Amino acid sequence: MTRAPVTGLSNVSRGALVGLLLAGLVAFGLVADEYLLDIGVLVGVYTILGLGLSIVIGQAGLLDLGYIAFYAIGAYWTALLSTHFGVNFWVLLPTSAAVAALFGVVLGYPTLRLRGDYLAIVTLGFGEIIRITLNNWRELTNGPMGIMNIPHPRIAVSGVGVLEFGLKVQTYYYFVLVLAIMTVFVVRRLIHSRIGLAWKAIREDELAAGAMGVDVRRAKLLAFGLGAAFAGLAGSFFAGRAGFVSPESFTFAESVLVVCIVVIGGAGSLAGVIAGAIVFIALPELLREAARYRMLAFGVAMVTLALVRPQGLLGRTWVGEERDEDRAAEAGVARGITSRVSGGS
Amino acid sequence: MAAVYVQQIINGLTIGSVYALIALGYTMVYGVLEMINFAHGDVYMVGSFLGLLVLALMGPSASLVGGSVALVLALTLLGAMAGCALLGVGIERLAYRPVRGTSRLGPLIAALGVSLFLQNAAMLIVGTRPKAFPPLIEKHLYHVAGAVFTNLQVLILAASLGLMLLLDQFVRRTRWGRAMRAVAQDAEVASFMGVEVNTVVILTFLIGSVLAGGAGIMVGLYYGIVDFFMGYIAGLKAFTAAVLGGIGNLRGAMLGGLLLGLAESFGAGFIGAQWRDVIAFAVLITVLVFRPGGVLGEQLPEKV
Repeated sequence: MTRAPVTGLSNVSRGALVGLLLAGLVAFGLVADEYLLDIGVLVGVYTILGLGLSIVIGQAGLLDLGYIAFYAIGAYWTALLSTHFGVNFWVLLPTSAAVAALFGVVLGYPTLRLRGDYLAIVTLGFGEIIRITLNNWRELTNGPMGIMNIPHPRIAVSGVGVLEFGLKVQTYYYFVLVLAIMTVFVVRRLIHSRIGLAWKAIREDELAAGAMGVDVRRAKLLAFGLGAAFAGLAGSFFAGRAGFVSPESFTFAESVLVVCIVVIGGAGSLAGVIAGAIVFIALPELLREAARYRMLAFGVAMVTLALVRPQGLLGRTWVGEERDEDRAAEAGVARGITSRVSGGS
Repeated sequence: MAAVYVQQIINGLTIGSVYALIALGYTMVYGVLEMINFAHGDVYMVGSFLGLLVLALMGPSASLVGGSVALVLALTLLGAMAGCALLGVGIERLAYRPVRGTSRLGPLIAALGVSLFLQNAAMLIVGTRPKAFPPLIEKHLYHVAGAVFTNLQVLILAASLGLMLLLDQFVRRTRWGRAMRAVAQDAEVASFMGVEVNTVVILTFLIGSVLAGGAGIMVGLYYGIVDFFMGYIAGLKAFTAAVLGGIGNLRGAMLGGLLLGLAESFGAGFIGAQWRDVIAFAVLITVLVFRPGGVLGEQLPEKV
């Protein structure tokens, strides 16, 4: 089953647009200076995180406030195994995603029965437990000091030579670009697959979805697991690039930042999430003076958006839209009656 | 050995009663609107800083009011409570009412936004460094069965229990309390019966915020230190307390607060203080998974 493209463009012009965009992104890597590339890498990481979380929030309608924990798990998995056992980064990158996915399923399992707002709090609790554990379990994680000297990725091709990633920003820019494009592709395929439909059904009405034969438990666990996998991937990239991880990179504020990207960009829209990552990461970096006010502005933006455009900047649907329009209509009737009653008394 | 237990119980009940005060705000709002007011913890944080502001306004050693301890304490509490009441009602009016009933996640997102805003506004105004909260009350130590407790602990426990008793009676015996219970049961039908739902909601936010303001002062006095981030963790714990007791249930929130305080105090005493927060979250998750209705809450089937 295919859906009409967002913009209503024909497939040809759509393909041309995507090609142009990609060419632009590749060209950016060639011409931009280190500072801009650095921001580009950051945007890439948050795009992956945002897309992963958009599976959980935007598709399945589960508000996860502890998402950054999976990013942390990916980062620490990479950091620990590469520094202690010298495991190759290219083994750790996919396994980070797998380990994070496993955690996603394990942490998701107990929350299956919980309603939306309870779920938000429990996931928040999970996120904090992971962070505090990383902070306190000094024997394993070196506590707040973090883990240093994580080897940078390198590609060795026999007969051709060795590509050391080292600290070259440009290399990481192209690396994260590849990862992000891969993520966009996979998430797109997922959304338009059978499981994507199941998520949508659950998002709109869990009970009805279950009654229609959707395996709600399985679909939710898949959402948690797949969403977490992308965070694990991003975490592994982060560890390999920075060469250093510590618990303070994985605070609740980071979770909120990713939630902002997803929600404000448009919970159900991939383009919205990417736009969100650009706006929320690049803009504050470029406007250094205003960086102090970033979170303050996010707060205002979230409230404003909830008020005037609940589906997000580029989103088309919002969780439980149809049903809630009915409810709003009922509420309107109720208000009318109340005012008449009180007016008469 | 017994003395250690007594000590943990005293400490646990003191902080637990503060959690209970904040938890009441969560549980009342949830009861009436079925939303988690994420910003409630930050209202409590603002309460602490409003207390500091009032103290600063009264001048060095409260010279403006003649230095009477009781008067200073009363004015500080009053200032914090009134300020929080205004803040709580303002938040409801500006951020929550327009999204009420629009979607499932809408109010949650708005609440998250308000919380972010308050936290960062506070950070920009007072800075990131913790501020000292003046002790106000001269410290007395009491020794009972080998355990030590202070007059401040007694005062906090007494004041919070007093406030809780007052609220309990208000909700059970007064006209407005009945209106609140009616809206909590079914807002629509209550509105047919002539209950002004909006007024009840305002009242709910007002009472919850007043209690949070009071808790803000008590914690300031108890720990002697306040910072812009204190509302986040305290809010989470208070929410845990509300869930523990059964969200929407007033007496449950009070019981949940005290239970959580005890669990934390014993856990911190026996496992290690750095795991204190983990204990609270573990309690929260365990309760939600095994008994989502809480200790005193009823098990509700999901509405179709």
